[in-house]
Amino acid sequence: MPVKSYIAFPRVGMKEQLIEVLKKTPHCEVMPALNKDVLVLVTDTADDQEEEALRQILYGIKELAHLNLVSGYSDKINQTDEKSSEHDNE
Amino acid sequence: MTMNRRHFLKKAAAASAMAAVAAMLPGVLFASDIESDHFPPGIDWTKAPCRFCGVGCGILVGVQNGKAVAVKGDPNSSVNKGMLCVKGYHQTMCISSADRLTKALVKKHGKYVETSMEEALDLVAAKMKETIDRHGKDAVAMYTSGQSTIPEGYVASKLMKGAIGTNNLECNARLCMASAVAGFLTTFGADEPMGCYEDIDHANVFILWGNNMAEMHPVLFSRLLDKRLTRKDVSIIDLATRTTRTSKAADKSILFKPQGDLAIANAICYELINNGWVNKSFVEKHVVFRKGKTDIGYGLEDKFAFKDEAQPIDFEQYKSFLEDYRPDKVEALTGVSAGDIKFLASLYGNPNKKVVSFWCMGMNQHTRGTWMNNLVYNIHLLTGKISQPGNGPFSLTGQPSACGTAREVGTFTHKLPKGVVTNKKHRELAAKIWKVPYDRIPDKPTYHATEMFRAVDRGEIKFIWIQATNPLVSLPKTSRYRPGMQKKSCFIVVSDVFPTPTTDVADVILPAAWHIEKSGLYGNSERRTQYWDRMTDAPGEAMPDAWMTIEVARRMGYGDLFPYSKEKHHEEIYNEYRQFHAGKQHNMAPLAILKKRSGVIWPYIEETGKSTLWRYNSKYDPACDPDKDFDFYGNADGKAVIWQRPYEAAPEMPDNEYPFWLNTGRVIEHWHTGSMTRRIPVLHQAVPHAYVELHPDDARQLGIVNGQKVKVISRRGTTILPASINERGLPARGQVFVPFFDEKMLINDVTLDAFCPISKEPDYKKCAVRIEKL
Ligand code: SF4
Repeated sequence: MPVKSYIAFPRVGMKEQLIEVLKKTPHCEVMPALNKDVLVLVTDTADDQEEEALRQILYGIKELAHLNLVSGYSDKINQTDEKSSEHDNE
Repeated sequence: MTMNRRHFLKKAAAASAMAAVAAMLPGVLFASDIESDHFPPGIDWTKAPCRFCGVGCGILVGVQNGKAVAVKGDPNSSVNKGMLCVKGYHQTMCISSADRLTKALVKKHGKYVETSMEEALDLVAAKMKETIDRHGKDAVAMYTSGQSTIPEGYVASKLMKGAIGTNNLECNARLCMASAVAGFLTTFGADEPMGCYEDIDHANVFILWGNNMAEMHPVLFSRLLDKRLTRKDVSIIDLATRTTRTSKAADKSILFKPQGDLAIANAICYELINNGWVNKSFVEKHVVFRKGKTDIGYGLEDKFAFKDEAQPIDFEQYKSFLEDYRPDKVEALTGVSAGDIKFLASLYGNPNKKVVSFWCMGMNQHTRGTWMNNLVYNIHLLTGKISQPGNGPFSLTGQPSACGTAREVGTFTHKLPKGVVTNKKHRELAAKIWKVPYDRIPDKPTYHATEMFRAVDRGEIKFIWIQATNPLVSLPKTSRYRPGMQKKSCFIVVSDVFPTPTTDVADVILPAAWHIEKSGLYGNSERRTQYWDRMTDAPGEAMPDAWMTIEVARRMGYGDLFPYSKEKHHEEIYNEYRQFHAGKQHNMAPLAILKKRSGVIWPYIEETGKSTLWRYNSKYDPACDPDKDFDFYGNADGKAVIWQRPYEAAPEMPDNEYPFWLNTGRVIEHWHTGSMTRRIPVLHQAVPHAYVELHPDDARQLGIVNGQKVKVISRRGTTILPASINERGLPARGQVFVPFFDEKMLINDVTLDAFCPISKEPDYKKCAVRIEKL
């Protein structure tokens, strides 16, 4: 059940278009900065396959210049997800 | 509950990313309210100070089923008002790292063998005792940390100075804050800043002296940026040797040549006097002028000794000394135009502007670090811009309790919990509170940090116990001190949470409890003492450092001096320690108050129950003589000192063989030597290894491209790192920068162990290297 957050940099002058594309992309929640050309993207997928499929979609978005992974919660990465797994199984 | 849990995870992930963006692009704003509480029910939130830097942000740790599951900023903390940086949010994620030390390890026939804590502590006590019996008490030493809690530092001091009777106690804060301490003591006669973070809310101008605040004090820097956004009359000036994220966010970035800061500060004072911007009445009432020795050396040789001698001078003598520092005369030396120096002076000199100077390692890790601290105080004293809301010099600390533990408890060779070992009254007070014979506390300091590890190398120290620090990554010139520590002549005990290059050379490794696995107190940069309660259990046999010290003390026969209980020892120790600071000048808040509040700034005023926000100003500080407007009561005459301190060159400068200056430092994602943050996946992934920043023109000339492996070579050693060109920071031509967090790319094998002869703090910012392609 991966939840990941990224810093997304739009191509020059394409911030608004990128926001629109990401809003329509499944499993994505977008939080644009108010005063800089940068967005925070949070993805929430069911499993690793869905996560990988989403990653391919994101890499194909032409308005997106650069994507930086910041935070990932998954069983493999850290304790926080251990807790989430427990809850998800309840 | 599942929905809530997912929501919480998404909020936490978003918060981390926003914090990361804020660090990358200071001043960035998001509409989403990341602090709103969308956490699932059943989480207990407990307050604490952040484990990492000296800003001392208040955190709330969420615990569920005995595990830390989340961290958020404490909205009640006036330090950070709910904000945290990327390290702060992720701090608890290192706790359950797979290689966590949970059992004592004793080296037997070259191999580490798991041993019970009881047995390991027996061995430590026996070895310490045996070493004292055979070689004398100055053959044993303790080296502790600005990350030790106040109780941990206190019992270390009591064991070494009060019980055993040796001043062989030092701590890693010597490497980061000693020049600040020496600066405060020589100018004001008392340590620690007069102001507080609330200065940020009042100032118009922030002048950052060699301080990459955007990365090193990120939450404070956000407060500066916030002020600039909300008020029109705020500007930030970055004065540095390298272009950093701070320079990019500043209103003006001024680059100077390494060591040129000494001449810049004097040139600013020249301008203040020359333009009639001196606050004459303040200077007449509250200041005296002195000069000290010059050509004072660099401590490069073992057993280097230096003692400054102050001589009184008058204003006219000081004024004529400054003639050599006319702005146009120092342009070549500093690399700063006369125009820019005059601009800086005009900011300090403008009576309508409130100015705060901030600094940290750039000025402290300096072979003339004490002088540099004195010189910035000179500027504020000449203009009278000191000890008032929004006006003041503000020395920031690096570590979370460099102030609270290292400086206030006094875990340095020359210090006692109150005062210094050379002062008879201070020794008498310590002996009385510790209930030990007065003559047991020696009246002479022994080894400062660098000299302590030289003494290990020379074979003089035969037993050393290192707690909560990693000197074989953080000392300068580890190329000498690592082989020194590998010698059989010294028995080495290391208490830590994780394995490090320092535990690698230990004879005994003791597993330590982490931050929230014990109760404790830290003191941050603004004199704020913060208490926290234990929140989770330490794994295996890990225990608080203070309790290890107590157990060893008891085994050595000092049980009567350490009558503390296991459950409440931190409280009992704090209550005992508080007696040292009784009185108006340094009164510490009672524990009951600290438990309720997100910290209290000392001196705590009993009558009002409030913090003292600005010391030495009788409007705010009841310790002042009420008949004076300002009273620098650390000095017997109530006056601060303006010091005549010249420019003197660095000990090692670039030449034909080693043509580059090497500067070292930190990055926002990693805490010091990385032993914790490199075990936090998010932070490790963000900056997985060190690098060497080069100016693009230098890189081109050397035929080096971004990411290419290069050798950084000095007269001491070599390190191989990938080149970083036009990435995070931009060194000036002829300079390179390397962060020191990476134990696999040890830049301190290359650095020089020269130090300030007054403070004994090493200079990690300047030595000569050459760069070779692999
Ligand atoms: S600024 Fe310092 S104290 Fe605050 S969250 Fe970051 S590391 Fe912790």
